[in-house]
Amino acid sequence: MGAPDEKPPLRVVGRAQRKVDATAKVTGRTVFADDIFLPRMVYGKILRSPHPHARIVSVNTSAAEALHGVQCVLTGQDTPTPFGILPVSQDEHALCPDKVRFIGDPVAAVAAASEDVATHALELIDVQYEPLDAIGSINDAIEKPEPRVHDYGTGGNIHKTVHLEFGDVEEGFAASDLVREDLFFYEGNTHLPMEQHAAVADYSADGKVTLWSSTQTPHYVHRALARVLDLPPARIRVIACPNGGGFGGKSDPFSHEIVAAKMAMQLGRPVKITLTREEVFYCHRGRHPVLMWVKTGADKTGRIKALHFKTALDGGAYGSYGVASTYYTGALQTVTYEVERYKFQGLRVFTNKAPCGPKRGHGTPQPRFGLEVALDKVAEQLQLDPAQMRLDHLAPADSVTANYLRISSMQLGECIEKVVAGSDWKNRFRKLPYGRGVGIACSSYLSGAGLPIYWNNMPHSGVQLKCDRGGGVTVFCGSTDIGQGSDSILAYIVAEVLGIDPLRIAVVTADTDLTPVDLGSYSSRVTLMSGNAALQAAERARDIIGRAVAKELDIPQARLVFACGRVFDAEDPDRGVDWAKAVCIAEGAVGTIGTVGSYTPPPSPGRYRGAGVGPSAAYSYSAAVAEVEVDPDTGIVTVPTIWIAHDVGRSINPVLVMGQVEGSVYMGLGEALMEEMAYRENRRVVHKIPSLLEYKSPTTLEMCDVVTYLVTHPDPNGPFGAKEAGQGPLLPVMPAVANAVYDAVGVRIDEVPMTPEKVLQALKLKARGKEGRYGPTAFPEIDWEDPIRVRPPWAGGDGSALKEGAVGAGGVRVPARHPERQH
Amino acid sequence: MAPNSNSDSAVRIHLTVNGEPTDVLFASHKTLLEVLREDLRLTGTKHGCELGECGTCTVLMDGMPVLSCLVLGQACEGRAIKTVEGMALGPQLHPLQETFAELGAAQCGYCTPGFLLTAEALLQESASPSREEIKRALAGNLCRCTGYLKIYEAVELAAARMRGEDAQAGEETLYGRT
Repeated sequence: MGAPDEKPPLRVVGRAQRKVDATAKVTGRTVFADDIFLPRMVYGKILRSPHPHARIVSVNTSAAEALHGVQCVLTGQDTPTPFGILPVSQDEHALCPDKVRFIGDPVAAVAAASEDVATHALELIDVQYEPLDAIGSINDAIEKPEPRVHDYGTGGNIHKTVHLEFGDVEEGFAASDLVREDLFFYEGNTHLPMEQHAAVADYSADGKVTLWSSTQTPHYVHRALARVLDLPPARIRVIACPNGGGFGGKSDPFSHEIVAAKMAMQLGRPVKITLTREEVFYCHRGRHPVLMWVKTGADKTGRIKALHFKTALDGGAYGSYGVASTYYTGALQTVTYEVERYKFQGLRVFTNKAPCGPKRGHGTPQPRFGLEVALDKVAEQLQLDPAQMRLDHLAPADSVTANYLRISSMQLGECIEKVVAGSDWKNRFRKLPYGRGVGIACSSYLSGAGLPIYWNNMPHSGVQLKCDRGGGVTVFCGSTDIGQGSDSILAYIVAEVLGIDPLRIAVVTADTDLTPVDLGSYSSRVTLMSGNAALQAAERARDIIGRAVAKELDIPQARLVFACGRVFDAEDPDRGVDWAKAVCIAEGAVGTIGTVGSYTPPPSPGRYRGAGVGPSAAYSYSAAVAEVEVDPDTGIVTVPTIWIAHDVGRSINPVLVMGQVEGSVYMGLGEALMEEMAYRENRRVVHKIPSLLEYKSPTTLEMCDVVTYLVTHPDPNGPFGAKEAGQGPLLPVMPAVANAVYDAVGVRIDEVPMTPEKVLQALKLKARGKEGRYGPTAFPEIDWEDPIRVRPPWAGGDGSALKEGAVGAGGVRVPARHPERQH
Repeated sequence: MAPNSNSDSAVRIHLTVNGEPTDVLFASHKTLLEVLREDLRLTGTKHGCELGECGTCTVLMDGMPVLSCLVLGQACEGRAIKTVEGMALGPQLHPLQETFAELGAAQCGYCTPGFLLTAEALLQESASPSREEIKRALAGNLCRCTGYLKIYEAVELAAARMRGEDAQAGEETLYGRT
């Protein structure tokens, strides 16, 4: 583990520098998946369902097969094995065998000599459908158990329910000075990576499949391919190409990857499938639409005595990461401010829309929006400054929350102070003229999930290191660079430990044949996990080399310094050897120099069912102040500036952290103001806007100025103290904007995105003397199962669920659960 | 679409690509984007929508930025096309390429070629563009990674260097505010 202040002083870590792949990226040399052209390659296209929900009666491919240039045609009969990212949601097929569940669901596929021929052949495939009633919304799914989208889940069209209680919240509300209930809705939106997903598969006659793909998770794609192709994993090689943006949208195994592999196996030649932009909208896996009900109980100082959160997620047509997403809508509410008692009820429904999944922040931006806006209302009611109220009740560092998340370092207080000072908050909040306002919000995010997707006791990240006689070092790691700079992080950390220039380091990543497993680029896990694995591998290499060099120089090993491309005596710096010589000395002494490193996050104290979602080795923290201008005549909200401070532990490369923070603010601004994955409001559930023109995202003209503060106090669990930066800074943006809109014009927009129509409607209501608010008005009645009850740590809990019939936190006897509900 | 696109008639044109005279034969319906990527294998030019919505496929035609997905290949007879592969002078990166690398203005790098070429055209026209002018010039290019800020700063830094100034990236750009 990286001690915060290592000797000698850091030379690489903490310094702004180019990425190892920067030159390739600015010269057009980076090879993305669609840039691969192989000899004899053919092109695949996928036929997708025009119906939101229908039974497939028949598929006739004979005309397509007869078309000149067509190489092969696949249907659902060729891909019978289901798959899915989570072991509990193996509910997708590469091509649907008997039923389609959303407009865009894959039904058949053609490989042909050109994309044009393949596209034309798709038109010749005759699919007979028997349409079924479509489920179009959360309420629809709850009210209509039939027809079922899937024949698994909690029941009807409810996929999953979660009910957890940490202390008796009712007792907490009774002890509160203020109790309020709020409703929020967060519309779904999508990742919109600039690169459309692409995959190239090849098959060699010795029985090996190779897949190049724009995926964030080659390890999981490897597992899915082995399953659906029914091949031993050792005969499959998955290479993740650099991703042209991911943001979570390339984290599932996808239909087109499997279809390309299947076609390559049939044809014995390479097959490429590149999705169109419209298809990318159908792949989706983006932000879940979430309806929220929040009950907050606070004392006069704004301390949260009890918090009760209900979420309902519109999951779309498949499971994807949805079970985890559901838990995540209830997991991280407790890590920013102290919450004495906490209750969470979450539910995910299936609907006939493109499947939702993980987008930057995975399940946490929606409840964070609800919580931070609710706290703004609490502060106003208590006549407290919302920044000061937050500062007064921060969750402490080195503590365990009510729901058993262990917080290590925690610098949210400093983050708040930075943005309050930078934005001149105290002179502007509630003091700006009508139409202008400021708002504050905070957030926290994981530096990687504490548990892997399929439970096992193996490391989450592995690194191998090879030291060459010429002084070069190669780092092998399964991690996938999606633009965030994870390849560079490996090089910087190894360079730091070995005292060499990062340019001496070659990085080989994301290739299941060549690199040890890293679970993938999701949950902001890569810097912390692969960084720690690289650190361990590098320290082991330093030890091997140091031992040999110490012997050669006849000095104690502890006196050796690795720095500036040399290995030398700390007490007599002239006495030493250059790095390449040091490697040769060691190789002469012990043989070829190679080491490994691996990383597994620390165990979490939570032991109740559901405790697996939320724990992390370290939480990042962010605070943001947004300044807005609201035009009361049009309802248009513009954001001139956002001040954001991010507690990153330590920046391995500050300019990359800056880029992650600014990019997060940008994406959050888009979600706050305009981005929505919207469907026509009839039962056909047709996507309104599957194009880059109609799906509004911020251009240079909408993007705000960002004033960024990096708060760095090394975390004991991070490599050199580093925590995540890629997702957390997105989270405070939406609530900060909403709170600023209220400061500007006195209306509450309790729904994301905050479009001009919603602002205008709230302003009109306010002008008529009604509540100036736009947002949902009810949370559906649900027949919840009994909660899993866990006493908070300060109420004598040990992280385990209370046994049925045991005495609960509030001294109330817990009733036994209904036997039929147990699972 | 033709019933069998294989029989689509081929056309041959002569044009200049990155300064080199080039003859290329391709199916007549192809866009400049497709000709560049598929027939000339200049895959540095990317596609984000192939509908003229994102700016990702921007190249320079006779020095002017065009969306190569909206230009028919046939329309390029006699034209001079510049792609990202033609920006560097031999082993020497263009100042914009240097500053994009230096400031992290290329994250995933997929939109980067389009931004670089649009920015190059801007700097050809205006040696000292204001921040507002830069924003307007780049308004047709979408980037999902950077929030555009590092891109503006990279254009400004490159402009300064191209004016002959000994300009360096600001401390705040690289390290944030303290």
